[in-house]
Amino acid sequence: MFKQLPDSIAETVEVTLNGQSIRVTQGISVAAMVLTQGLRCTRETPVSNSKRAPFCMMGVCYDCLMVIDDKANQRACSVMVKDGMTIDTQYGAGSKPQVFQC
Amino acid sequence: MLKNHYQLLIIGAGPAGLAAAATVSGHGISCALVDEQPAPGGQIYRCSESVSEQRARILGDEYQRGKQLITAFRNSDAEYFPDTRIWSLSNQRQIGIIHQEHSKIITADQILVASGAMERPVPFPGWTLPGVMQAGAGQILFKSAGAIPGYGVVLAGSGPLLLLLAWQYMNAGVDIKAILDVTPLTNHLLALPKLPRALLAHHYLTKGLVYQKDLRRAGVITKLGVSALQATGEECLQTVSYHHFGRQHTIKTELLLTHFGIIPHIWLTQASGCDHWWDKHQKCCRPQHDDWGNTSIDGIMVAGDGAGINGARSAEHAGRLAGLQALYALGVLTEQARDEQSINDRKWMQTDCHIRPFLEAYFAIPDKLLATPDNDTIVCRCEEITAGQIRDAVANGHSDSNQVKYFTRCGMGPCQGRQCANAVAHIIADTGGQAVSDNSLFRSRPPVAPLTLAQLADLHEANSQ
Repeated sequence: MFKQLPDSIAETVEVTLNGQSIRVTQGISVAAMVLTQGLRCTRETPVSNSKRAPFCMMGVCYDCLMVIDDKANQRACSVMVKDGMTIDTQYGAGSKPQVFQC
Repeated sequence: MLKNHYQLLIIGAGPAGLAAAATVSGHGISCALVDEQPAPGGQIYRCSESVSEQRARILGDEYQRGKQLITAFRNSDAEYFPDTRIWSLSNQRQIGIIHQEHSKIITADQILVASGAMERPVPFPGWTLPGVMQAGAGQILFKSAGAIPGYGVVLAGSGPLLLLLAWQYMNAGVDIKAILDVTPLTNHLLALPKLPRALLAHHYLTKGLVYQKDLRRAGVITKLGVSALQATGEECLQTVSYHHFGRQHTIKTELLLTHFGIIPHIWLTQASGCDHWWDKHQKCCRPQHDDWGNTSIDGIMVAGDGAGINGARSAEHAGRLAGLQALYALGVLTEQARDEQSINDRKWMQTDCHIRPFLEAYFAIPDKLLATPDNDTIVCRCEEITAGQIRDAVANGHSDSNQVKYFTRCGMGPCQGRQCANAVAHIIADTGGQAVSDNSLFRSRPPVAPLTLAQLADLHEANSQ
């Protein structure tokens, strides 16, 4: 959905996104990272299992909740990517998905 | 290391907070500034220190002003705690803080809440679909990650930020499929009487006209007087549809960025028990304060957009005024010295504010739209409560926001009503319940930010150190 301007891709770190190892720009939020990686949905709601993605990017809406380093309910927009980090799409109130594609 | 007590604690590293910290510097008081983000600047000057020259140029002159403010702050003697969340603020000036994953309660003699603004959430059909985001989110992605829409974007809504973002995207080479302006055409007439005063701050108007001209020249399609905005798609956004002069149109897109103005972020001042009032011109709830920023609670001040929307320049001046007031309250400055040093900021602020009544009238979102006319639209994004369910609750006698909340769970999810509070107040008023007033919004109680039980249990240990 989003792409990074060439000037903004500086040093990279390695993270694992939904089980896949990828190199991503250092110093950006997890939400920015997943959106530039083309992931359209970042969680499924606990109420109706409908798909959601980052909405406000400033920590207000809580729609970008993901499982980060095995901790559920982390606001992806407010957590910075780190080398070795694992990031998973969140199912419902906080379990890790097995397969999730949108 | 975060101390247990400060003479002045500033919450928020946007223009107001930064200016306040620089103002009190050099006077020998202990001052700390805490902020959620990893770097100073707030939303408006986010990443000002670190962006490339190319990106700064695309973002425009106003954005680059942030650098000066941040430099002055970096040179100040304030202690700076980034990546720090506030989860409570009491009327006894106790502040619940999460810093480096640990929770702590600290105190301060004076507290400046410079919490800034958030996008006004306006529910419309399909606004929860992945691919629908707020315009501010698009700007944050650009400032902080150099990320722009890769496959085109539709911009929709009303307000100066929509125009600014379109202009910035145009400079960055983004394919803007259309700008759908939902500002009612009648607003143009209603705002006319406010125009003469706005001319006193004409640089804002000039800038807006330049942006419009540049966009026109670049061939960007702008549709004025759009209504019935709707986002549709299987699981994710696929199309945006709207009405324009009686006809329905559809655009294929995977990204829609919306903007309906901004409102003060008041969850902290609300939780502390500060008095708030409903501003019918800005259509938002804002904390009561005097012209120094003092709220109804002794020692708690507000400055910047968190106190009411006046923009980044005014925020800077209000931050300085609050800084001077803090120095006076702490016995560092005499009343006379405070007043003398405030003259310039007051003058600038007065001039800057001339634009506001015009902007507020021109970009006023009609109450009908704020009250989510479509009953199937989800209003509470967290608990997935629709406008129809809220209207049913009102019809069953639950005639104010808190009753609707208890009855439906609307506003009880993780965002704690930040996304639905205003819409709920308008729906209730629209359905014959309580009119929108000073007490329309949900009651806010700590913790205002998520806190784990482990962090809560940690409190005693942290404070006994």
